[in-house]
Amino acid sequence: MDKKKKYQGRMHGLQRELMERWYRKLHEIYEQDRKEAVYIMISGNPVELIRAFDMEPVYPEINALQLAIRKQALPALLKAEEMGYSTDNCNYVKADVGMFFMNSPTSLGTRIPKPALILCNFVGCNTYIKWFEHLAEYTGSPLYMLDIPFMRHEEPTQDDINYVVNQLKEIIEILENITGRKFDIDKLREIVRKAKIMEELWAKVKDLAKAKPAPFDAYFDSTTMMGPLYVYRGTDDGIRFFEEAIKEFEEKIEKGIGTVPEEKFRVVVEGPPPYPYFRVMRDLLAKWGAVAVQSTYSTVGGIWEFGFRHDENDPLKAIALHMITANLPNRNYLQRYEQIRRYIKEWHADALIIHGVKSCRLFSCGQGDMREFFIQEIGVPTLYIESDLEDPRYFSPAQMQNRIDAFFEALEHKKAISKV
Amino acid sequence: MKIKKLVQDFENKIKDIDFKYLKEYKQKENKKIFAHFPVYAPHEIFHSFDVLLLGLNGAGNEIEILYADARFGSFICSIVKSTMELGLSNRLDFIDGFFFTGICDAARNLCFVYKRNFPDKNVIFLHLPQNPETEHAIKFLESEFKRLIKNLEEMTGKRFSEDKLRESIKIHNENRKLQRKLYEIRRNEPDKLSTYELYTLLRIGNFIPVEEHNKILKEVIDYIPQREPVERDRIKVVIEGSFCEQPPFELLKLLDDVGCHILDDDFILGRRFILEDVNEDNPIYSLAEAYVKKTRYASVKHSGKKYKSKYFIENVKKLKPEAVIFMYAKFCEPGLFDYVLFKKELEKEGIPYLFLEFEEKMWNFDRIQLEIETFFESLIFV
Repeated sequence: MDKKKKYQGRMHGLQRELMERWYRKLHEIYEQDRKEAVYIMISGNPVELIRAFDMEPVYPEINALQLAIRKQALPALLKAEEMGYSTDNCNYVKADVGMFFMNSPTSLGTRIPKPALILCNFVGCNTYIKWFEHLAEYTGSPLYMLDIPFMRHEEPTQDDINYVVNQLKEIIEILENITGRKFDIDKLREIVRKAKIMEELWAKVKDLAKAKPAPFDAYFDSTTMMGPLYVYRGTDDGIRFFEEAIKEFEEKIEKGIGTVPEEKFRVVVEGPPPYPYFRVMRDLLAKWGAVAVQSTYSTVGGIWEFGFRHDENDPLKAIALHMITANLPNRNYLQRYEQIRRYIKEWHADALIIHGVKSCRLFSCGQGDMREFFIQEIGVPTLYIESDLEDPRYFSPAQMQNRIDAFFEALEHKKAISKV
Repeated sequence: MKIKKLVQDFENKIKDIDFKYLKEYKQKENKKIFAHFPVYAPHEIFHSFDVLLLGLNGAGNEIEILYADARFGSFICSIVKSTMELGLSNRLDFIDGFFFTGICDAARNLCFVYKRNFPDKNVIFLHLPQNPETEHAIKFLESEFKRLIKNLEEMTGKRFSEDKLRESIKIHNENRKLQRKLYEIRRNEPDKLSTYELYTLLRIGNFIPVEEHNKILKEVIDYIPQREPVERDRIKVVIEGSFCEQPPFELLKLLDDVGCHILDDDFILGRRFILEDVNEDNPIYSLAEAYVKKTRYASVKHSGKKYKSKYFIENVKKLKPEAVIFMYAKFCEPGLFDYVLFKKELEKEGIPYLFLEFEEKMWNFDRIQLEIETFFESLIFV
């Protein structure tokens, strides 16, 4: 087998096709200078609303991570640092800004159109506010700060929901002005209905990882699936993608095929992946027969495995609820502990791996406390490793291997003893 | 009146991480004490319940971090760790409740790590709106304030009173006015009031009842004309960046010693965040409106359609400093981001600037002193 493709199946090919098509579409908007691009953020994104105006979402995070995964991030990061951005700031932002000022094409050689609207879906991540403030200044495009009340308690208040719905109505007005088209609630309903179908399928995908061996890796492969999940949510293409993924994974389950020759350890992974060393990291874990059966990163755009779905009967409220309650960044830290605890229990995991990321304090600030909680209170073996999601300078392959090897050696030993 | 002695006493009080003064106060007055993490907190609401609100700005360079490092890992600012350390070392056992807002990702997570580690404490998080362009933000914040009020009703057993809140607003308006007056004095008569003195006089307000603070500020303001001026060569600067974690007192004294005539700064910004008097009518709404509409620009609050960098440069141009000194806390994500946009404006205007990074826990100031002195020399001689 081609070594490069050893982890890849039909889903990966389909994903590539869809993402390339999206990039080409964006390039077309760029070339024809059409006012159809809305910049939004991945986390808790309201893509349905944008699609209801036939506009195309641009996710700067995807641009940044594509750059990192193709090992092209460093020049953009250096460009941003030259402009005064600190080495300690979010490297996603820096890569994106660097790319903008270098006027460089995407990793596929295409161009990103200028935003007709910069819509900052502020769901927890304060860096989003900064990112879009900067893009607004650099592009001169209008910015709307969609302020989402943080999940400071278990359920949102009626005031939280009203506040968001009222802002969504203001955004609708802005989009009407930009496109010159009237808002069509039935069109939104239809998109939301398709989003719901897709969410159902995605939840099913996640559920399939409960099989032993798991038919896909819920950290690395889920990251791949997140592209279509956000770019194509609410579309027929998106539905088809997840139907195909399910078909492939079910076939694998039937044949007892996992993602590694022998699945020895089932792990839950917390934190974003080290994109510049995506493949290296996967190899380091695969070597031990370690497979991720769940990951928190795969829920930044939405948490659907516990039952949340968009409801087409009240589409604006559904979008508001998704943004407030059903995505990782807008949920508080202790709710994340609970999410991980459920993952470990319901997906039958042996261990937790916490990947601390220098760039992202939303994820990493407090992960020491998290480790303490899972080791002391829950009794789960927990590995803490540190690198970055964008900056290759913060990844030391030898050190990473040492930490991972030592952890799984100990885990293997523990397993062997418990069998005696 | 001996301002020097007064300020030295205040500095000692502020630096006491065992909070001896507050513990005695609590015992004597039998009052509840809440602590808040920077930047902003609605002091008036706490005051209307007779709860003392301690403005906790980390633990300076007085504390040894023994436990908190392991909770937060690398790349996290000092104030998050020192605030956690104060709790884990039982120094805040006497505090009845903690108040947090979402100023940045690190502070927000700290709130919930606090909740887990101190399950017996009343920890409340308020979402302060980030969309100042919509009227709905005021209404939303009003509902957040009402949530806080309910929490305080339950904790104190007292009923909320609009009249008391109106009275609290009045007293805090007075406090803000006096603080503005002190800033004006330093701006116009730096010989009469040093930055270290001004800072300490303001920051003590985070520890004592506002009535007492008002009395002190009034006495100081009345006395200042009689003070002997301390004349020296000074360079007019604006300082930007220390809105949350605070530079150590040694660094503030250093700014005076090297000859900074500071026209404006954002030290302990929360105390001066609201720029105008808050309306006493419809008090909860007015407080919410003041937060949404009447605050100084800040790295922790989105400024709406008008770019924050425009507010910044307008303020600088109005004050006409010879230079701007950026003083950011290490790892302060909101500040370090804004720096790039702010410095761009200064470059357009041809205003020189210096970038400094500090940590509240720093002890050695030689390097910073050298940097400022070299910078000033370049202004004077180049």
